Amino acid sequence: MSTAASELMKTPLNAAHRALNAKMVDFGGWDMPVQYPAGIIAEHEAVRTKAGLFDVSHMGEIRVKGPGALALVERLTPNAVSKLAIGQVHYTAFLYENGTFVDDLLVYREGEQEFLLVVNAGNSDKDFAWVQQNAKGYDCTVVNESPVTGQIALQGPLAVEILQPLTATPLDPIGYYFYTHGEVAGIKCIISRTGYTGEDGFELYCAAGDTEKLWNAVMAAGTPKGLLPAGLGCRNTLRLECKMALYGHEIDDTIHALEAGLGWIVKLDHGDFIGRDALLAAKAAPAPRKLVGFKTHEKRDIARDHMPVVKDGQQIGFVTSAAPSPTCGFNLGLAYVPTELAKVGGTIQIEIRGRAVNAEIIPTPFYKRSK
Amino acid sequence: MFPADLKYTKDHEWLKPAGDGTALVGITNYAQDALGDVVFVDLPEAGAAFSEGEEFGTVESVKTVSELNMPAAGEVLEVNENLADHPEAVNEDPYGKGWLVKIKLSGGLDGLLDAKAYEALVSAESH
Repeated sequence: MSTAASELMKTPLNAAHRALNAKMVDFGGWDMPVQYPAGIIAEHEAVRTKAGLFDVSHMGEIRVKGPGALALVERLTPNAVSKLAIGQVHYTAFLYENGTFVDDLLVYREGEQEFLLVVNAGNSDKDFAWVQQNAKGYDCTVVNESPVTGQIALQGPLAVEILQPLTATPLDPIGYYFYTHGEVAGIKCIISRTGYTGEDGFELYCAAGDTEKLWNAVMAAGTPKGLLPAGLGCRNTLRLECKMALYGHEIDDTIHALEAGLGWIVKLDHGDFIGRDALLAAKAAPAPRKLVGFKTHEKRDIARDHMPVVKDGQQIGFVTSAAPSPTCGFNLGLAYVPTELAKVGGTIQIEIRGRAVNAEIIPTPFYKRSK
Repeated sequence: MFPADLKYTKDHEWLKPAGDGTALVGITNYAQDALGDVVFVDLPEAGAAFSEGEEFGTVESVKTVSELNMPAAGEVLEVNENLADHPEAVNEDPYGKGWLVKIKLSGGLDGLLDAKAYEALVSAESH
């Protein structure tokens, strides 16, 4: 049974989405727009060629501050936190002792001993509890700022052109995965050059009560330039084309960071983070499975999330995410397969509604923007 | 968007009797809206026979796939070949250019809903 709309959590933009005739769905307990009237393909193309505006206020924000903050975040995450400059962001994860995922997240370095951790909406409560539970003995405060924080993401090649007239902060000098505090349309916010689409763009964090005003200002500035409001449907196809992981699909509490292809966020020589011992051991042994990208050849052969990868009638792996790709123009996906089969150019079989369908392993990411 | 000259199923297909023992079959506006952008429609060959409620194909959208169930027993006379290159017709004109198959009816239409009953069903599902 789906949860009644009245029981779902709502972002500060709920009324704005309904006014735009969005199609709303239950997304991890949140009432969120999956698409607007333009549709997933048009929204996807707008982000690739012009710009799209997403409501990501459902994401969770946890602030860690105090003399022990750096030590705690280093203990909790495998990426090199001490190397982050103030005003810099990186992608990382919370891992269990066995190296599997509590969640993936962004770490914002707000000060020498102050960090903002941005986590997935559906994991927000679990993550906050995880941080609190591990914070014992560290001299710092841990505050869940999710309820008082709104967030929108302006993504696409026209992002700078649309946003610059709304702010006195020069945007060009903000590098990819850097951020600054500033004002947009008179609203105080974090202006972060980050995103989940593979395009240039900004994620803007503001006080929850200012979110609708910020959204309306960016919509008004961008609409004449082709900006579309963009829902979770195209957010998924955009991130999939760039092989960005989604919790519950490519990563979860049964998959460890190395097999997920996220070795680049795991700095084994950088402190004793939770999960390090397990990943050191995993690195010493050959990984039994690997995440690969694939394409199918026929229009009708559309793989979907969680379908089995088969060989001689036996399941040997599974699809994590798959869809017809609006940008690539063919049907693609990601799957865990035994390492000996994980070679570009090789063929695997995916069981699509009872039929074993050939798929070719191809290089990832499927899409990369030209700089 | 519930044309009165159509019959409906609770699975959101429609059937339009031509009066000569044949009928067109498609999916409703509600169904196409729930699916979102349709990218492929998998349809049977002409000559295939189906019983009432039997799966006769699938509709694939960007985000999901949905089975097609035959609203009434019959034999497929013709499939909408235009959908191979223009699957978006199912979204744009679900009761017109987006028709799926033409069938020769081999049984009755008693199991189908009229527009009013279908509208009530959709309105209940939307809440």
